[in-house]
Parts: sequence; C-alpha cells; structure tokens
Amino acid sequence: MNALVPLPVILPLLGAGLTLMASREPRLQRAVSTTVLAVVVVIAAILLHQTDAHGPQVIWIGAWKEPLGISLVADRLAALMLLVSAVVTLAVLVYSIGQGMTGDERETPVTIYHPTFLVLSAGVSNAFLAGDLFNLFVSFEILLFASYVLLTLGGTGARIRAGTIYVVVNVLSSTLFLVSIAAVYAATGSLNLAQLAGRLDDLPPSVSLVLQLLLLVTFSIKAAVFPLSFWLPDSYPTAPAPVTAVFAGLLTKVGVYTIIRTQTLLFPSSPLTDVLLWAALLTLVIGILGAVAQSEMKRMLSFTLVSHIGYMVFGVALATTAGYSGAIFYVVHHITIQTALFLVLGLVERRAGSTSLIKLGGLARIAPLLGLLFFVPAMNLAGIPPMSGFLGKVALTDAGLRIGTPLAYAVVAAGMLTSLLTLYAVAKAWNLAFWRTPEQAHETAQHLSDAGRRGRFGQVVQHRDHVHVGAHTYGARDLDEARSILDEDDVSHQDLHQLMEEGSVPSRLPRTMVGATAALVVLSLGLTAVAGPVFGYTGRAAHDLLDRGLYVSSVLSGGSR
Amino acid sequence: MSASLSLILAAAGMIGCGVYLLLERSLTRVLVGLVMLGNGVNLLFLVSGGPAGRAPIVGGDGSPMSDPLPQALVLTAIVISLGTTAFVLAMAYRSWQLTDHDDVQDDVEDAAIRRLAAADEASDSFDLSREDTADDELEAPQDEGRPA
Repeated sequence: MNALVPLPVILPLLGAGLTLMASREPRLQRAVSTTVLAVVVVIAAILLHQTDAHGPQVIWIGAWKEPLGISLVADRLAALMLLVSAVVTLAVLVYSIGQGMTGDERETPVTIYHPTFLVLSAGVSNAFLAGDLFNLFVSFEILLFASYVLLTLGGTGARIRAGTIYVVVNVLSSTLFLVSIAAVYAATGSLNLAQLAGRLDDLPPSVSLVLQLLLLVTFSIKAAVFPLSFWLPDSYPTAPAPVTAVFAGLLTKVGVYTIIRTQTLLFPSSPLTDVLLWAALLTLVIGILGAVAQSEMKRMLSFTLVSHIGYMVFGVALATTAGYSGAIFYVVHHITIQTALFLVLGLVERRAGSTSLIKLGGLARIAPLLGLLFFVPAMNLAGIPPMSGFLGKVALTDAGLRIGTPLAYAVVAAGMLTSLLTLYAVAKAWNLAFWRTPEQAHETAQHLSDAGRRGRFGQVVQHRDHVHVGAHTYGARDLDEARSILDEDDVSHQDLHQLMEEGSVPSRLPRTMVGATAALVVLSLGLTAVAGPVFGYTGRAAHDLLDRGLYVSSVLSGGSR
Repeated sequence: MSASLSLILAAAGMIGCGVYLLLERSLTRVLVGLVMLGNGVNLLFLVSGGPAGRAPIVGGDGSPMSDPLPQALVLTAIVISLGTTAFVLAMAYRSWQLTDHDDVQDDVEDAAIRRLAAADEASDSFDLSREDTADDELEAPQDEGRPA
C-alpha cells in the first residue's frame, strides 16, 4: 500500500483538466503543465528508490477487497520506465514551450496542446503501472487518443494523410487487444496480471500459446516490430517536432515494455525464442536498410527507430537475465537518444527551413552548437564507444553469445551490421547537412532539378497523358499527386543557400529549445557515466522479472489465485 | 464452459463484414468497418462471460447470476469506440474539406517509388518502347509493356 503509486497518473489528468479550463491563459497553462510534470519526475524518482529498497509498491484503487479491484503496481522495471519517461516528457514540454506552439500566437491557436500532452503523459504512466490487462487496454486508449490529437494538430493535408493511417492501424490493434482480453478472460476468468500468472500455467499449452501469440501481435503493432512496423515511418515525420520526439521516445517503448511484462509474468515457460529472434533479425536489418535509403532526416530517424526496436526484441527473445537486463538498459538509452535526435531535427528545421538532406548544407559552420547537439547523440545511436549505445549493444551481444545457438549468432551479426549501417546513415546526414558548404548543397539541388526538368520525367508528364509503371498505367494526375505528397512533407521549397541569400534564415534559436535538447544530450552522456549502477539496477529488475514470485506475492498478499 | 453458438456466429459475421469494409479506400467505409469490428468484439466479450443468468445483484434467490465483469468491460469498450468514431468522422470531414474526397491516400514511400520508376530510364518498370515507337496519343495505354 503506497499512496504515491497512482500520482503519476492522477496528477497529469488533473493538470489536463486545469489547463483545459485555463485555455485563454497561455502563461497559466505553461506553469501548470511544467509544474505537474516536474512533480511527476520527483515522484517517479522516489518510487524508484522505494521499489529498489523495499520491493514492489502496490495499491488497490478504491480499497476493494483484494482480487476484485484495480491494482497499480510499481516494480523495479515499471519504476525505471516511469522515471525515464517522466524526465523525457518534461524536457519535450519545455522544448515545445520554447517553440511557441502552445497558443501564444494568434495564427495557430493550439490551446489544446497542453491538456493533450498531459493526457498522453498520464496514459504512458498508467501503462507502466497497470496491474491488470483491461487497465492496460484503457491506458493504451488514453495515450492513443492523445496521440491522435497531437499527430493531426492543425489539420493540414500531410498530417491528415499521416493521421488516417496511424488512427486506423491503432484502432485495429486495440480491437485485437480486446479480442485477446476476451479470450484470456474466457480461458481463465481473471484479468489481473498476478492472478493470471498462476492461472495461465494450468491451461493446456496450446490454449496458452494462442493467447500468447494474440497478445504478442497486439503489442508488436504498438512497438513497431517488423512486419508490423509499416505504419510508423509514414506517420511520425509529419507531426510537429516535439510531438514526433515524444512519440518516438515513448510510444513504441510502451509496446516493448508490455511485451517484456507479458512475456515474463504470464508466459515464462514458453519464451518463443526462435520466433522472436527472427522478428528481431528482420526488424534490425530491414529497418536500417530503410533508413539508409532516405534523403529526409526525419524519415531516416523514423526508420532507425524501427530498426533499433530489434535490439530490444533480441534481448527479450533470449529470455535470460542478461538478455532482459540488456534490453531494459537499451530501452532507457534509446528513449533519451531518439527523443534528443528528433528535438535536434526540430531545431534544424527551424534554423534552416528544412530537414531534407538535398537542401541542407554547412550547418556546422552556421550553427556550431547545433552541429554538436546532432553529432553526439548520432554517434551514440550508432554505438561509438564509450557511449551508452555502445554499452547497451555490448550487453546484448554478450547475452546473445552466451545462448550460443546459430540463430542467436545470426542476430548478433545482424546487430553489428545494423550498428555499422546506422553509423553510415547518420554520417551521411552529418556530411550532407552539416559539413559541406551551403553552396555545394545549392549546386547539387540545382543539378538535380535541372536533370529532372530535362529528363524523361518532365517530357512524359508534358507530352503524354499516361505513364506505364509496372503493370499499371498512371495518368499525369497521379504523378502530380505523388509529387505533391512528397512536397507536402517539406516546409520550404528553397534550399539553405537560397534562404541565406535572401537573409530569411533566423539567426538565433530560442534558448529554452536548445536548453531542453542539450539537457537530454547531457542526460544520455550521463547514462554512460553511471552505466555501472544502472546495469546493476537493470540486472536486479531482470532478476525480478524472471523470478515472478515476488511480483505475485506483493500484489496478492492474501494468496488468492 | 458452454458458449452460445448464435453469439459466436453473429460475432464472426460482424467481424468478417468489418474486415471487408476496412479494406475499402474511402475513410467513411473504413469507419463503418471499424464500428462493426468493434461491436463484433463486444459480442465476443458476452461469450467470454459464460451462460446468461439472473441480474448480478447480491441477495437474490440463489439461481446462477450472469457474470457482471464482461458487461462492465463492454460498456467501457463502447464508450471508447464512440470517441474513436467521432474522431475518425472529424478526420474524414477534414479530408473532404481539403481534397474533395475522403480516400485514404498512398503512403509516401509508395509515391516515391512510383515517381522514381517513372523518372528512371534504366528501370524495367518504366516502359521505354512506348516512347520510342509510338507518337500516337490515342493508342490504348494498357496494351503494351504489360508483364505477363
């Protein structure tokens, strides 16, 4: 019994109500939401200390008799995730306040930004703390609804297009989740995770395998595990920078968290190692190949996001203490680093008017600090020693080699390859956007567009109504549509050189935006410095996960099954 | 546990229709599909609650009660799908405002591949023979260059 446990859910919801009422007072909104999230960070830190010192903290909401009510549970894993997510959401909130997308400007009256953001934060916290499947479903819905609104903020064409796919896919996965919940309830008569831990063991293996696969597919859609990752690179990049950053950092990791939770607590006897190893391998390789092919930095990072989910799935698939420990460490590392990188891209977009590698150039000279802020997390993402990305990859590789099956070796090799290709992708981005001069970028862009105008494409569109592509015939209208979709993603049609000649490049970036980004970068470096204690903690968390007796006995103190 | 076959059949029918509608291109039809899918799943919940019985109120005549929990879950699910429906409808309306239709558009990658194939002279997927041989604009475009 611990009254602190529900606060990370309740406080943001209260804050959301308050900010919604104060929608005419941007300053009050900002104060309320910053305070709320700062308090949540403190509470999460206290919970982390308590769970580490005294074991899982449990509360039965409304003091119902034990197996009847809704339980919220903070064990070591949940507390760690809670703390990291709270810190990241706070940083993103500060960043978005700096960006001024919070209702100050008359042209974009986005007064709903703060309430929605707080609801999102409440949903994420609730997902980490949920002690039963249906509460988990509800928290998914809370965070998804907030994400629908944030993704389509402003209702521009590109965002509606991206939002349509995102909403339909997620509603579908929620429906699948409901089917799994109905099936679990029909088979066991309970939805409480601690009770299920005992009851699922008694089921015939075939029945419990079906339930496991249903839940795994549901959560794999949320976590964007290949082949269920198709929706992600298409929907994330169009949203405003802070929204993309918080989605990339948190939402997929909630999916990974629920995979870890259900795999360890509900189905410890059938880890499905081979299936998950294949999923991890394909996610790693196909994701990063997508990233290499992109010329738009936001899309490239969305693909690396998918790819690196593979590392976490790899750790889960091994189902050993070392594997889970590495996966948890990697989740923590990846939340901070991926959010930081997307925030940097927001800064790039603001400074240079675009994130397209074709149009950018010379940013390292124009904005050295921006270059540093991109370079450090980018190298960290690729896994350059001695940063946290390297340490996480070493831990996972070590865990994989200890298993020693051919498939595990293959995934370890794929992990190495992915690391190298990540380095290639971010180095390409660095070279083009930051290192070459704006003049070079301008020349390349001119050359490309001239070639396009002179080339076949121009002719075809001008002189013919129809173009053959594969088995299909497309009219000129389709091609125009295709081009307009591509162009919509870009803010400006000019490259950096042209913008500079016009003098329309902003000379300074808001200090809060840079500060929030820098804070996350420093945090990710700090993770390297304290990697020893963090690994100690994740090791203990992984041990708790595999020895589920502690979780079950602290939730069901009366021993009811 | 005995389950009601008619409920299962009804759920299967609704889910089947829902999936079919979900594969349509127009967002409004997709929405109807999602609603049918959701309601089919709600029926599944009633199946999972076991056989029907008297209202679940404590202190009755001792005959078997129906399980109240799935009903509570279904209520929650209905409320959530109400919200979803409202949001998707708003999105379909916005899409219609912007583009005069509410079709789900191609994703960026598909569009890029299509554009690259059309622009690339070396690509097999672009039919060169048409450009070289015929200036005849009236020629039916589907006739040639179609892979078997």
